[in-house]
Amino acid sequence: MISYLLRRSAFLLVSFVIAMVAIFVLLRLLPGDPSNALLSVTATPEQIAAAQAQVGADRPVLEQFSTWFGQLARFDLGESFISSLPVGPEISARLAVTVPLTLLAFALALVISLVAGFVAATRADRWYGILISGISQLGVAVPVFWVGILLVSVFSVGLRWLPSGGFPRDDWADPADALRSLALPVITVAVVMSASLTRYVRAATLDVLGSDYLRSARAQGSGRGEALWRHGLRNGAVPVIAILGIELATTFLGAVVVESVFSLPGLGSMLLKAIQQHDYPNIQGVLFVSTLVVLVIGFLGDVAQRLVDPRLRVSISGNR
Amino acid sequence: MKKNIAFVALGLATTLLLVGCASGADSSTASAGDATIEIGSLYEPQNLSNFGGGGQGVTEAFNGNVYEGLYKLTDDGSVEPLLAASNTVSDDGLTYTFTLQDGVSFHSGKALTSADVKASIDAVLADDSQSARKSSFGAITSIETPDDKTVVVTLAERSISFIYNLSYVWIINADATDLESTEDGTGPYALGDWKRGSSLSLTRFDGYWGDAAANSEVVFNYFTDATALSNALLTGEVDIVTSVQSPDALSQFNDNADYVVSDGDSTTKEVLAFNDRVAPFDNVDVRKAIYSAIDTKKLLNSIWGDYGTLIGSMVPPTDPWYEDLTQVNPYDPDLAKKLLASGGQPDGFEFTLDTPSYDPHPVVAEFVKSELAKVGVTVNINTISADEWYTKVYKAQDFTATLQEHVNDRDVVWYGNPDFYWGYNNPQVTQWVGEAEASTTTDEQTAKLKQVNEQIAQDAASVWLYLYPQIVVAASDVSGYPVNGLNSQFFAYDIVTE
Repeated sequence: MISYLLRRSAFLLVSFVIAMVAIFVLLRLLPGDPSNALLSVTATPEQIAAAQAQVGADRPVLEQFSTWFGQLARFDLGESFISSLPVGPEISARLAVTVPLTLLAFALALVISLVAGFVAATRADRWYGILISGISQLGVAVPVFWVGILLVSVFSVGLRWLPSGGFPRDDWADPADALRSLALPVITVAVVMSASLTRYVRAATLDVLGSDYLRSARAQGSGRGEALWRHGLRNGAVPVIAILGIELATTFLGAVVVESVFSLPGLGSMLLKAIQQHDYPNIQGVLFVSTLVVLVIGFLGDVAQRLVDPRLRVSISGNR
Repeated sequence: MKKNIAFVALGLATTLLLVGCASGADSSTASAGDATIEIGSLYEPQNLSNFGGGGQGVTEAFNGNVYEGLYKLTDDGSVEPLLAASNTVSDDGLTYTFTLQDGVSFHSGKALTSADVKASIDAVLADDSQSARKSSFGAITSIETPDDKTVVVTLAERSISFIYNLSYVWIINADATDLESTEDGTGPYALGDWKRGSSLSLTRFDGYWGDAAANSEVVFNYFTDATALSNALLTGEVDIVTSVQSPDALSQFNDNADYVVSDGDSTTKEVLAFNDRVAPFDNVDVRKAIYSAIDTKKLLNSIWGDYGTLIGSMVPPTDPWYEDLTQVNPYDPDLAKKLLASGGQPDGFEFTLDTPSYDPHPVVAEFVKSELAKVGVTVNINTISADEWYTKVYKAQDFTATLQEHVNDRDVVWYGNPDFYWGYNNPQVTQWVGEAEASTTTDEQTAKLKQVNEQIAQDAASVWLYLYPQIVVAASDVSGYPVNGLNSQFFAYDIVTE
């Protein structure tokens, strides 16, 4: 297991470096000029030249590249082209919104889908089992922003229970206030996310229910519940854990849409603005953090799978 | 294990819902004068300096609120002294001597001196300045500060707009650093918090030299989505929206006693700009034909309903030299066909319209296309990003025709610059624009610029499709806000709630 962890960590590091290089190169291939965001319709030629100098995009690409990697090595994400403000502190401020949003939505989606998926599988012949399956099928096709708009019109504009958007000025100073702001975005993401998760849980449960080992356990006198608890859970968990990692990463990256609908000052809305303005340091900073998060989630997901299922550990160490 | 996770998460979800139901929006019911005014806007500043390309948002939040100029452009378009107590002009019109107000101090506590004024004008003129007004101050040859209260500016040539242009120059503390994320102005408010991506708050400055702000705090809440902005107003999260950009939202507020919709005069023109250098738009008759082929009244109505104004030139009603020129190029498809024939295009022609991808340009482009098809002119719509617009149209001038909104007041003078992106080149107009600036009286300036208006309308230098409305929507218990919002400024210090 330790050698596996070492190999997997090395792989993580290499993937990360490759991703950073790719991000840098791809950004430079985009058409457009970052200095344009600074200009007005009355800009003089001197101001156009000054704007180009300010964003530093006139420097050779290799020089920009070495500067950026040098900064990264010192844990410095540089300064925004457009605002000249440091990128690092802004990203940490935005993470205070995006991380709780992602984790709460993920937790909520997990609850919904574990319950719904299990019921849909074990009660596949009842009307509510069929209904859950149907809704989850439908849910996969529903866009996040649509659910968001729907929830806002019902719970904010209609019932006035929750704010329609924004985030408290003092962040988490009053946690209840911050949670109120996050409630609708969290539910929005969770609803959409649980649709696909429910289908995975249902499939995994059906798999377990039809398995030989469960039938053997039942034959040896275990009740249905006990058999599922002792034998089914672990076996069912392996494919679900694999998909959970991907779902968590997707939710984190997908925050951009829901943050826009709810005017939340998160990482997603920062990325959107930065892309509109060709603000390379901001784009690179956000992608740096999100790439790291996604890769680490993948890593943890893999490790968790091996912890849950000893067979994977054996086969990996046995083969190599 | 599964059960445990389930319980934790279920608990979390329940908490969320309970928290949600527990408290309603806490609206401030503080006594008059101590209210916090929540403002909703789509324009977040890029940074807090207007010398460094802070954009429209920093003007909206800071101009007149946090920073002040020697002069102030009021909401009705007139210019009044602010930090300048008085001024004298030499007989040749080249030397301006300003005396500063007494008792003015910056938010940091430092007293305002003439050195600060000089530093502020120098910052506009600096090589790396992105100030939109930099080109207006080309005539300045020197700025002297004989004493702490006096500033003497010498010009190379007469500039009747000099005082007006000064209303755009924020007086900053000469010693201040880091004006991109902090401020040090003399205005009635000091910066509270700037939470990027979300809000910016201004708190009343107790040491203000003039009349104190009528409220204790204003908060600009920033939205990226017009629907989210309307929802915030509907749910009471904001008291007022500085500028509604989507008429679709208005129906919810129009017939609702809880809100007041005000229809002010903006300075934003929707312009169909030709590249007047290239065929066929180098021909006056062809340009006039296009103008007469478009039913601007129908266009305005389809986009803004009953709001907005038709203009026949680049000049909005709040400019001193405004006159109604809407009949110079009337809507008349038959006339358009005749003009096309006399312009050498009897069978029509085909051209590409470079169209910025954001509202309202794509809709306007489709409308123009269908109108021109009726007189035999084929329009190919080429949708481009704002970024591409600058590179292709503004910088490279590589286009045949384009759509753009021009936001500032008094910008008719750009038709006197043959190098400007639209390439209108009438030496007579260039001369009049120069003479207007060199006028000795505002009457003379006004007369010259009226000649300019009339001439560019006669030449159909561009098609001025319509003037945007300036729609402010506010809760009905809120008053004291500016309704015209010239050049995106939004004075917040008189706003009160009942």
